[in-house]
Amino acid sequence: MNPLPVLVGKAVRIASRLRGGGSAFPGLVVERLDPGFMGRALSNLPYGVVVVSGTNGKTTTTKMVVELLEGQGLSVFTNRTGSNFTRGVAAALLGEVDWRGRLKADVAVLELDEAHAVHFVKLVPPRYSLLLNVLRDQLDRFGEIDATTRLLERIALATTGTVVLNREDPRVAGLASSVTAADVVYFGLDASLRSTFPNDDELRGAAGTAPASALPADVVLRSVDGNSAEFEVEGTTTRTDLRLRGVYNIFNAAAALAAARAVLGGTADNGRLFSSLAAVEPAFGRGESLVVDGQALELVLVKNPSGFRLGLKSFDPAGCATMIAINDNYADGRDMSWLWDVDFDSLGLSGVDVVSGVRAYDMALRLKYDDVRVGAVEPDITDALQQFIRGSDGRPKRIFCTYTAMLAVRRELSKITKVEVVS
Amino acid sequence: MSDAPSAGALTKAPADPSKGSLRILQLYPREMNIYGDYGNVLVLKQRLAWRGYGAEILEHNAGDAFPDDVDLIVGGGGQDSGQVVIQDDLQAIASTLRRLAEDGTPMLLICGLYQLFGNFFRTQDGTVIPGIGVLDLETRGGTERLIGNVVARSDEFGEIHGYENHSGQTFLGDGLRPLATVLKGAGNNAEEHHEGARYRNIVGSYLHGSLLPKNPAIADFLLRTAAERKFGAFEDDGVDDSLAELAREHAAARPR
Repeated sequence: MNPLPVLVGKAVRIASRLRGGGSAFPGLVVERLDPGFMGRALSNLPYGVVVVSGTNGKTTTTKMVVELLEGQGLSVFTNRTGSNFTRGVAAALLGEVDWRGRLKADVAVLELDEAHAVHFVKLVPPRYSLLLNVLRDQLDRFGEIDATTRLLERIALATTGTVVLNREDPRVAGLASSVTAADVVYFGLDASLRSTFPNDDELRGAAGTAPASALPADVVLRSVDGNSAEFEVEGTTTRTDLRLRGVYNIFNAAAALAAARAVLGGTADNGRLFSSLAAVEPAFGRGESLVVDGQALELVLVKNPSGFRLGLKSFDPAGCATMIAINDNYADGRDMSWLWDVDFDSLGLSGVDVVSGVRAYDMALRLKYDDVRVGAVEPDITDALQQFIRGSDGRPKRIFCTYTAMLAVRRELSKITKVEVVS
Repeated sequence: MSDAPSAGALTKAPADPSKGSLRILQLYPREMNIYGDYGNVLVLKQRLAWRGYGAEILEHNAGDAFPDDVDLIVGGGGQDSGQVVIQDDLQAIASTLRRLAEDGTPMLLICGLYQLFGNFFRTQDGTVIPGIGVLDLETRGGTERLIGNVVARSDEFGEIHGYENHSGQTFLGDGLRPLATVLKGAGNNAEEHHEGARYRNIVGSYLHGSLLPKNPAIADFLLRTAAERKFGAFEDDGVDDSLAELAREHAAARPR
């Protein structure tokens, strides 16, 4: 084996870090020089590779799976930088492998964007895959949600060990019928919680009327009460407090538990899984809490109708100052139609202090049609944020934002408060 | 800081609409509501409420009996799988829809149902999905998906702003007028630079966004037509559309 591509890749990685450049570029270099690099580096891990994909919640769920497995004593490689494309994985590997391109880890847990996961699994068949959901997200990229389902199917088919599926999402649960080479396990919800998580087909139908799934689930989320939740595993129900915010994150905790249990097989220590879960902090921008002027400021990432609905449901607006920032860049989704499938009635009493982002006026127009009072509309995020903070002293603050709006908000906030830097 | 109007200034829908109610039928909301088509229904309902009219929102899903006395029909876009599910039901209610269309019932048809109100859809593999022939147009499955922001110009409604996302390419029959000329984007197909169709009181279009919020002229055409047919007049003190105007300006400045 020629170690040169790895060494060149490592050098490029160091150089581009010094330059403060993009995190994926060295991955591109090593992919070009040595297309087999990633497959080799990941092929000999004792517990194999876990791929986490789906439209919503990948980052937080991946973080949970990693911490659950680390809590059981495993050394875990992951693409923590949030670069969930193949070359992002290659770039992250460059930082971890030795000069011969070998990775010292027990298992790799990788968040992969749906489209890139299909490319990745051709190079590296995963032993485990965790498929979360198919929600309407970036339809302008993938065309239709059925097309997204077919991407996830390719991941399921390439999986050699166990496929972990969301039994409450009919498109994801339906993948089980195509899986022949791997085992299938499910995570699920108590029937009483199903109306909280409507899939896209149910968005406008009567909520919660679909029949409860008869599929057996390895982990079931039984109840949620604030930041405390009950999970049923192997017939035992365990209550645990969580640092994660938002019901969607708590459902994804059930997903992460099921995936970790699949990886661990019979060796899982359930008690320790729950103590690890309780300690997981929210991922960057996913319901994370910052402090501004002595008041809590929460960032809630919203990307699609279901996510926005759940975000609104998870965080009580009473007494809180609210800002919404909507961009329409490629990573946000360019079509604004999705805003019309979210009900904003819950903001009707408190109103929205500031609406911002490239599509601030689309958002303000949406709120007008739900009779929600809007304090100010300011497309420029820097100006909007200053106005928001000035006008909301003494109140805790919450900002709902799309992906690139969140990056802009964080950039501005880092000038006035401590914000975790993600490199 | 802009001095945009406060949305809070508007009045809530009166509990007892003084001027009567329109019956608005949403076609197949379960299968054909993938791109925010509910937004179009909400806009119609609220613009009636702000003027003192009521709106009764009806749904027709596959297998339902078609309701009587429908004043306005809204149909949306769906996925290919949704179009298969509604196919038989749509044929079963086709003669009713044709009669209502010829009679002058205002209709808004977006994307998937716009296609199926035409003569047929020929998919890429040659399969022909019959339409219901209300609109003299045909659609052919294309290899390239037409996706992105659209600005089009109509003599009737002024500039139209929306977002298209379709692989079917639609061609109008000789007698059918397009809704608008495309200034940015593709529209009905990749060749002809026109978008949508206008026939009797029907507006057909590929545009999501949703269409009506940023194009209140189209919403008010549908409402006015329905109200005049039902009540003989449409009492309209106007609606403050300054936010829609700003949203249109910002949308127009976005890349394709």
